[in-house]
Amino acid sequence: MDAVIVNHLRKVYQDKTAVDDVSFAVKKGELFGLIGPDGAGKTSIFRMLTTLLLPDAGSATVDGYDVVKDYKAIRNLAGYMPGKFSLYQDLTVEENINFFATVFKTTVAKNYDLIKDIYIQIAPFKKRRAGKLSGGMKQKLALCCALIHRPSVLFLDEPTTGVDPVSRKEFWEMLRKLKEQEITIIVSTPYMDEADLCDRIALIQDGKILSIDTPNAVVAAFPDKLYAVKADQMHRLLKALQASPLVKDSYAFGEYAHVTFEGDLEQELAKQGLTGIELQTTPVTIEDCFIKLLKEKQ
Amino acid sequence: MRTIRFLLQKEFRQIFRNRSILVMVLVMPVMQLFILPLAANYEVKNINLAIIDNDHSSYSQKLISKITASGYFRLTGYVFSYKEALHLIEEDKADLLLEIPHGFEKNLVKDNHEQLFVAVNAINGTKANLGGVYLSSVIRDENNEIRLQLVEPARFQAQPGVEITTSNWFNPYLDYHLFMVPGILAVLVTMIGGFLTALNIVKEKEVGTIEQINVTPIKKHHFILGKLIPFWVLGNVVFTLGLVVARLAYGIMPAGSILLLYGFVWVYLLAVLGFGLLVSTYCDTQQQAMFIMFFFIMIFILMGGLFTPIDSMPDWAQVVTRFNPVSYLIDVMRMIVLKGSGIRDVLPRLGVILLFALVLNTWAVLNYRKTS
Repeated sequence: MDAVIVNHLRKVYQDKTAVDDVSFAVKKGELFGLIGPDGAGKTSIFRMLTTLLLPDAGSATVDGYDVVKDYKAIRNLAGYMPGKFSLYQDLTVEENINFFATVFKTTVAKNYDLIKDIYIQIAPFKKRRAGKLSGGMKQKLALCCALIHRPSVLFLDEPTTGVDPVSRKEFWEMLRKLKEQEITIIVSTPYMDEADLCDRIALIQDGKILSIDTPNAVVAAFPDKLYAVKADQMHRLLKALQASPLVKDSYAFGEYAHVTFEGDLEQELAKQGLTGIELQTTPVTIEDCFIKLLKEKQ
Repeated sequence: MRTIRFLLQKEFRQIFRNRSILVMVLVMPVMQLFILPLAANYEVKNINLAIIDNDHSSYSQKLISKITASGYFRLTGYVFSYKEALHLIEEDKADLLLEIPHGFEKNLVKDNHEQLFVAVNAINGTKANLGGVYLSSVIRDENNEIRLQLVEPARFQAQPGVEITTSNWFNPYLDYHLFMVPGILAVLVTMIGGFLTALNIVKEKEVGTIEQINVTPIKKHHFILGKLIPFWVLGNVVFTLGLVVARLAYGIMPAGSILLLYGFVWVYLLAVLGFGLLVSTYCDTQQQAMFIMFFFIMIFILMGGLFTPIDSMPDWAQVVTRFNPVSYLIDVMRMIVLKGSGIRDVLPRLGVILLFALVLNTWAVLNYRKTS
């Protein structure tokens, strides 16, 4: 049985549809990523799955329990780490962990093996107040508190937003280790580069799911050959690409422009007086797929 | 039980780490009880009086010296025309005008009758009212003395007279402290209990910690009890401090049972905390909670009988005060502290407050949602 099943879920705030007919399923022990920009509806989905928000339509189950009917059971077995740091800032690291352990009617000692790897990193600061920790340390503490009752499903809402690249990398390594403990993890992130680290991903925009698959399959589904192009006059290059009849799609991507086309583009660009043109194939990333799916939708 | 214990432990830890709460609970009530009763004094003194004496007789001199010797008036103008005197009122240098007509002494002796003119600046209603009354009573007094001198002793005995002597019960010297301190203490207990509860829960919403609590299997009533008990204890601390200040600074010892006083406050605090809790369930930010609490506290204070007696309010206002918990506490505080009322006198009010506590808390618990 799947750990999380979401069935035509919908949430409307006044006149804005935040979650629009979303369905997906997450297998037990899977690391599932909800990838999408800010305002795509990721947090609303999380809040409905963690019983904080009532859906307007559709249904969802977590570990077989309905999010509306069996909310009490879900609160015992789900771990939730909200996007905003929401532990008690005026309590110390140790007091926060102990408090949440007690609230779940367990003790730190009973589940220490689960949080050990993470906890030893913040243990030197255990007498420090949570509000005085650095961003990365706060994330680790929040993860410890979300794990302290040995949840079967872990919901992480944008855990790496506002965290430095090194801490982000460490954080994903921790998630990999947790997966070995057979904890189902659903994580949301606006960073496309983190998508590759998930087992499966759902690309989401404006409350709608664009695609659900493994990161490799999403990338493989990209139909065209993708090129990266660069010239001395980048701004003119982008304009020229958009105007060219050969080009199917083009957009700025870092210091390059990503482009799909047919025919001899290099020659055409040279004709327009652009110099220093570099044109080469480039591997497709999740971000390219996302941009393509967005454009198709429009 | 274990959950509640840990919730309480957490709550007290947070309170003791928050300096501003400690200051609010310990210093504020003590300071306010020292200062407010001295300022909130009904007695009107230093009324500025301007006199227009058109007579300059020995009677008019005697009247003026009697008025200024009463201690209530300050002679700020001794002028020669009504116009000049009115000018003093316009400049806010005089509150009262007394005009003594030309021929005051002569007419009084000859015709046995004369009139005085008093004009009152009514911008400050209380001052004007009381000043006018004081002045008339001094003049009446003087009038009686003159009559005693003029009227022959033989006829004096034939004239029937009623003399009124008043005796003030429960507060023989009409000491305002005795009356105000219990009332102010009632307001302090209300404000601290209500504000702390409302702001504390809304703070959890604002910071987002309530989100983390809501996904846990914690029971609604556990969470709410964990919030109520610490503030109930703090309310008692404030009340005790207040009683100590009242005893040390004003020498006020409750005439009735202190235990009964506490008993009432224990129930009363439940009602006030329930109110704070209810406000918190409707607010998302501390700012909103603050404004709503201020709105109600203002009404509670001004319509609670602290400054103006409820009996002299219009009928509709008297109906409103029945829904004001503060009015019951002020009432009971004064009853027990001044009058020494016993449990049977207090019981009806205790019943009402108990009802308040039940309704407000039930409403708050029902309205507190873990899911939105």
